[in-house]
Amino acid sequence: MSRLSVADVEVGTELPERVFPVTRADLVRYAGASGDFNPIHWNERVATEVGLPGVIAHGMFTMALASRVVTDWAGDPGALVEYHVRFGRPVLVPDDGVGGEVTVRGRVAALLDGDRARVDLTVTSRGDKVLSLARAIVALA
Amino acid sequence: MALDQELVGRSYPPSAVYEVGRGKIAEFAAAIGAADPVHRDADAARAAGYADVIAPPTFAIVLTLEAANVVLDDPQVSLDYSRVVHGEQRFTHHRPIRAGDRLVATTTIEAVRSVAGNDMLTTRVDVATEDGEDVCSATSMLVARGAA
Repeated sequence: MSRLSVADVEVGTELPERVFPVTRADLVRYAGASGDFNPIHWNERVATEVGLPGVIAHGMFTMALASRVVTDWAGDPGALVEYHVRFGRPVLVPDDGVGGEVTVRGRVAALLDGDRARVDLTVTSRGDKVLSLARAIVALA
Repeated sequence: MALDQELVGRSYPPSAVYEVGRGKIAEFAAAIGAADPVHRDADAARAAGYADVIAPPTFAIVLTLEAANVVLDDPQVSLDYSRVVHGEQRFTHHRPIRAGDRLVATTTIEAVRSVAGNDMLTTRVDVATEDGEDVCSATSMLVARGAA
């Protein structure tokens, strides 16, 4: 892949929407890869003891999934130079053979100096917004 | 318990060197489903203009999460960790992290606030090579929910 050109982008450009299924196995794998072994991300008993409805995804896992929408669109994972999210509602991941899901939509909100674009992301799970102020600055070719 | 405003600006000694391995980058990329070959194939990474395989944009959390624990271990930071949730996260990249990097993380308390009984602590972890090249910064806002 090669990096997207600024000539191909304008304010309002929509990124392809993606729906990511999320299973308990995904959370266990992410825990191992990231080093975040907080049991609320894999243990139903602990999650409900602290008042959650059940096991929830790592916020950082949701943030990483959302980043893929931006980096796949930009054609280069190194193009994402700044990335911010606020964590809102949790992504519930039931152990029911189906699991949870994260839906990510993105739109170019502004073109910035230096051939950069700001992408605003809308990230939901089962219709609830799970990230807010989710913004990525992408360096274009 | 409210956090002391005097904590703002406090910086901690740099972490031990974290050496970034190709295997760790590939493992992290697989865990988030990132299929781009620049994460696992050095030739593909070189063809894209990188010296070696590069890490996904949120990979820095692998070292910054650990580095920021120095704040929670500070006896003057009275944050009830059992009530802490991750409120916000920001990454600013000067360049992608790549295999072979020898990285040092330096943690600074950027802000403390109390809103509606919740304590909010913002830490910034600056990641540089051991030779002093800035690589990225990770800013995390943690919220300790007040007892209801």
